[in-house]
Amino acid sequence: MSGAVSATPLLSVRDARVGFSTVRGMLRAVDGVSFDLQAGRTLGIVGESGSGKSVLVRSLIGLVGSGSGAIVGGEVKLDGQDLRGLSAKDFRRLLGRDIGIVFQDPMTSLNPVMKIGRQIGEGLRLNRGLDATAAARRAVELLVEVGIPEPERRAHQYPHELSGGMRQRVAIAIAIACEPKLLIADEPTTALDVTVQRQILDLLQREQRERDMAMILITHDLGVAAGRADDIMVMYSGRAVEMATTREIFRGPRMPYTEALLRSLPRLSDATHTRLSAIPGRPPDLARRGTGCAFAPRCTYRSGRCEAEEPALVREGGRGFACFHPLGGGGGASA
Amino acid sequence: MHWLARQALRLAVVLFCVTLLTFLIVNILPGDVATAILGGLATPEDLAGLRADLGLDRPMLVRYFDWLGSALSGDLGRSHRSGEPVLQAIADRLPVSLQLMIMAQIIAIGIAVPAALLSVRRPGGLFDRLSASAAFGFLATPNFMLGILLIYLFSITLDLLPATGFSPLSEGLWDNLQSMILPALSLGLIEWTVLMRVLRSDLLTTLKEDFILLARAKGLPPWRVLLQHALRPSSFTLITVIGLNIGGLIGGAVIVEQIFALPGVGRLLLGGIFNRDLILVQGTVSFIAVGFVVVNFLVDMLYAVLDPRVRHVRFRS
Repeated sequence: MSGAVSATPLLSVRDARVGFSTVRGMLRAVDGVSFDLQAGRTLGIVGESGSGKSVLVRSLIGLVGSGSGAIVGGEVKLDGQDLRGLSAKDFRRLLGRDIGIVFQDPMTSLNPVMKIGRQIGEGLRLNRGLDATAAARRAVELLVEVGIPEPERRAHQYPHELSGGMRQRVAIAIAIACEPKLLIADEPTTALDVTVQRQILDLLQREQRERDMAMILITHDLGVAAGRADDIMVMYSGRAVEMATTREIFRGPRMPYTEALLRSLPRLSDATHTRLSAIPGRPPDLARRGTGCAFAPRCTYRSGRCEAEEPALVREGGRGFACFHPLGGGGGASA
Repeated sequence: MHWLARQALRLAVVLFCVTLLTFLIVNILPGDVATAILGGLATPEDLAGLRADLGLDRPMLVRYFDWLGSALSGDLGRSHRSGEPVLQAIADRLPVSLQLMIMAQIIAIGIAVPAALLSVRRPGGLFDRLSASAAFGFLATPNFMLGILLIYLFSITLDLLPATGFSPLSEGLWDNLQSMILPALSLGLIEWTVLMRVLRSDLLTTLKEDFILLARAKGLPPWRVLLQHALRPSSFTLITVIGLNIGGLIGGAVIVEQIFALPGVGRLLLGGIFNRDLILVQGTVSFIAVGFVVVNFLVDMLYAVLDPRVRHVRFRS
């Protein structure tokens, strides 16, 4: 998104839309989101649950849609190739080879009745044409790479025989098996113990750097994105409300929602027993959205205009924000 | 193993209850084997004499425990009516019932699994709706009705298959199969409906799981996602229902065997009841109960084969 403007982005998304037709009318889960992602960079997509971040990313890679009644729109290009125009077969081939994905809960994202080695090797056999023996050997190597001790024994075990952190390591091994260009991590640490969250994030970051993959890190926690993402896109109610480099966001957010998210992060410098600041109110009902800014009802800076008109995403230099009353930037929130 | 001991205990309790109940019920029935053998014109003295010969004049509970004692040592007694050892009578009929059961299962599973897989490709689509209607139609048909319809269609109208009678395997495989196709269809064409509906419903649940999304993200084509990832974790209810069906059919299909004149265990039992042949009924019912419990025990074992998590829990306990 920001940074080098000259290079063709690895992933380019224009005006992505996802709607679900429900009995209460059209529910706009994702409403006109655009971004670019360069090879080797990490984009953090941050927002509360229901903000549309997971739906957005899953719709890009065709994992939301057929069967769920979703209406998906917009343009998605990977390496300059338009994904929406591909046949189902070509799309599957591209998905298997070029995109890896890690889901939130490794207990449910691994097949409970299939041995781990086979689950890792499956993609290799399909997309890289390896035979069973070669795929099994490579699966063990991948287990070593993601830091699983006794990989030969583990490869013959089932997911329930591993701890949560180990399972997520296996899920990462599956995601990187076919050397993808893009790695998507959808809340990869939310279901894990706090003690292993950091290890999993470190592993993801190391793999991303060593393989020069682009990574999308989806999280509800700005703190998770802080040390790992180069750029951050904040989503609210299906829209991108702020985009900037991670450094800029932490120095001074422009959008009041981002500021509120930053305030709700616990800080070591706070006195003990300081109450965490929560954002008042609840995210809006996607099926019944009014005319104004979706965040206005919860915003301390709102004016009459915010309730009447929806602010568009304004680009200013490398960053963008959707707000009529942007904050000053430059160190405002870091006090 | 602790778990095996529990299973054995369960079998013992079930058998005790079933045999005692059968004994009581057959004794309550009006008429007895002596009347059945000698006919309605026999004198009371003749009847009493025959009852004494057969040991039927002793109190009921004494007879029951007497029977239980020899049954436990492997002797199910001899038929009052024919003098044939009960065990031998069952062994003679069992292959017919087993063949009928196996063929019916093959037909039912052979229709149900592909139909369920095709249905979930597009839930609510044309195939899904058609197969649901077909399923409810067959489910609402009693198997004797279906049997008669099949005889009418294949034996009378098309003259392709024999209407009744049984050719043993020794008379050639084709003759044997011909005599079994219609009975097996009468059972299988009804059974597939339940199998299809439970598998379809479990598949739809499984298809919502994240590991299915991950399988799709690996680039697997839809049919491989269904067969390799969704089918096995979705087959628990299916296996349970198949187990119950097999358990129910292990003692023969009484009505279907009767319609098609198949010499199976079901007809043996029916004959025993008509003749008030207590020992024969008792032995046959015990055999059916053992079969039922054993099949369900095997189904329990199969869970562990299907799902490694069950193995895990079982070996720990």
